[in-house]
Amino acid sequence: MATPCRSPCISAKKVSCWGDVRALREQPSPDFLSRKTPGRQQQTDRYIAVRSSMNFEVANFMLGKENSKNDLSSSKEEYQKQLAGNLLRDTNAIHSQSRILAFKSKPPPPPEGSDRETKLLYSENTVPGAVKSRREFRHIPQAPERTLDAPEMLDDYYLNLLDWSSTNVVAVALANTVYLWNAGNGTIEELMQAGDSDGPVTSVGWAPDGKHIAVGLNSAEVQLWDSCSLRQVRSLKGHSARVGSLAWNGPILSTGGRDNLIYNHDVRIREHITSRMAGHEQEVCGLKWSPSGQQLASGGNDNILHIWDAAAAVSGCNSPYLHRLDEHQAAVKALAWCPFQSNLLASGGGTADRCIKFWNTHTGSCLQSVDTNSQVCALQWSRHERELLSSHGFSQNQLILWKYPSMVKMAELTGHSSRVLHLAQSPDGNSVASAAGDETLRFWQVFGMAETKKVATKSKETTTGSFNKRCIR
Amino acid sequence: MLGMAIAQSTRDIITLKGSAALVGEFFCYAVNSILFQRGVYPTDQFDKVKKYGLTMLVSEEERVKSYITTVTSHIGNWLETGKVQRVVLVISSIATKEVLERWNFLIQTDREVTDKGILRQKSDKEIMGEIQAIMRQITSSVTFLPNLEEPCSFELLVHTDKDFEAPNTWEDSDAKLIKKGQEVKLRSFDTKVHKIDSLVAYKLDDTDV
Repeated sequence: MATPCRSPCISAKKVSCWGDVRALREQPSPDFLSRKTPGRQQQTDRYIAVRSSMNFEVANFMLGKENSKNDLSSSKEEYQKQLAGNLLRDTNAIHSQSRILAFKSKPPPPPEGSDRETKLLYSENTVPGAVKSRREFRHIPQAPERTLDAPEMLDDYYLNLLDWSSTNVVAVALANTVYLWNAGNGTIEELMQAGDSDGPVTSVGWAPDGKHIAVGLNSAEVQLWDSCSLRQVRSLKGHSARVGSLAWNGPILSTGGRDNLIYNHDVRIREHITSRMAGHEQEVCGLKWSPSGQQLASGGNDNILHIWDAAAAVSGCNSPYLHRLDEHQAAVKALAWCPFQSNLLASGGGTADRCIKFWNTHTGSCLQSVDTNSQVCALQWSRHERELLSSHGFSQNQLILWKYPSMVKMAELTGHSSRVLHLAQSPDGNSVASAAGDETLRFWQVFGMAETKKVATKSKETTTGSFNKRCIR
Repeated sequence: MLGMAIAQSTRDIITLKGSAALVGEFFCYAVNSILFQRGVYPTDQFDKVKKYGLTMLVSEEERVKSYITTVTSHIGNWLETGKVQRVVLVISSIATKEVLERWNFLIQTDREVTDKGILRQKSDKEIMGEIQAIMRQITSSVTFLPNLEEPCSFELLVHTDKDFEAPNTWEDSDAKLIKKGQEVKLRSFDTKVHKIDSLVAYKLDDTDV
């Protein structure tokens, strides 16, 4: 604050002026209003009367001054006047000396109904939405979550004896018998037992509905079973040798046999065989439909991988394959279509090959090949992360989790004492079942929880949080 | 050695134009940061940008973006005239139109620079440090400011000298003061040409009373 001027001559002058003001207060005259003394006109009653009620200090000062006696020394009076002046300047500077401008076009209001998320914002380090939170590390349990005995499991590379249904039931074929193990409650049911002339069971495959299951037999017959009533629904004949591979595509069941052929059956109609795919020169041991249902991949003991068009399977014209891929050096049993990238297929070769290869099935080009140093028996893609799980034979009999596309090994899971022939993934995509020649079935929590599930639980928490708050108020 | 010394000194010279641009840019980032921190717009409308050695959040919503860039670039130009006294970011309730928060940036311009064209010196690093401190304070302000519980809108007001001639895209406004407000002074920064004092005023949460 400026030191008040105490020069006697000036204050004397102002006192006289002040006297005028006091006189004028009773009866304001036009002469007073037009007074132009700089910095002085603000201190009149007239001015204060029009100000907003906020300036209590000034009002108080003025009221006090009204009642004050004339015994105030002139210098003190001057000081108080300065004080008043300062107060006025501070509070009114904006109004009196500046112009306030606003841009004519206004910013838009926030979107309607958008959750303001302020509480979320204040309670989190990272900004939701701004940056996708990435799980850098995930614990991958090294031991199986559960181990089941699988006596009499055939140690045959060319069969497919394990499948996990969309209704969370694991089907496993042990010699002539197919067992259903309910992963939800752990109950075991015997679905069927093949006669000695028909058996052993060479393949099992759940229909997408999770209710019906196809069973391929050594006798070349394919049986369709209802898993609820445990009754056979129908029998599909056509092959002339054992049926080691099955693949569903809606109502179409594709079967691959030791007769080198693939048959497509429409299980709804009487004449169930819609087409026959000939291309392999030895037993068909791997068969998988793409997630889109547009392409069928088949692998054979002739080291060939074929890609077939779905149109051929439905229309009935026995057209040749789309691609014939002959880069594997051993039987191609392990096949897995990528869930996040269409036209991407992973295939694994047998003992002489040991490679996992990635294919663009649209162009038929090999994208990548990785030598795993062991027979590749089965492959499963993670549905949550860009990861691939492979199962192997000699010498480690391990499962390997790979990061795709870098193909860095994330984990190696050992436990099986014989080659891990089959893999099946749970319907929630979190765990994988493996079946091996050591007659055990093991369950691994290898893929982790789905991201969406986590988000869902989180948002649930926040909503309950705000609900609680409302209750309190 | 001499060459280096000259380079050093030219780099640290602050011109009126340079200072005005720097302060204008500061307003742009400060306004974005306040809008994000106060949750005026949904958080997913913001994008992260590295600036002042910090991660600043900048609105990606086209109309918000265009409003802020237009207004702050105007302010940047006007700062060269030395006639801008303060910039105020007003946050008010959409429903009641009541002003809930005012972010004041008081500007003092060095008259010697605007009138006589004298150059000043201050290192970039030092200025950045001061701006960084204000930005950090804006971020931390959420700890004492009351939650904005209702949908809000914002507006920028520019206080200029009486004789300032504004383009016709601008209009006169009232000060939009807060009744019964509380004030917290924040840090300042100084380019040696423009000195910016910041202050936030907010409406007291009457539910606490």
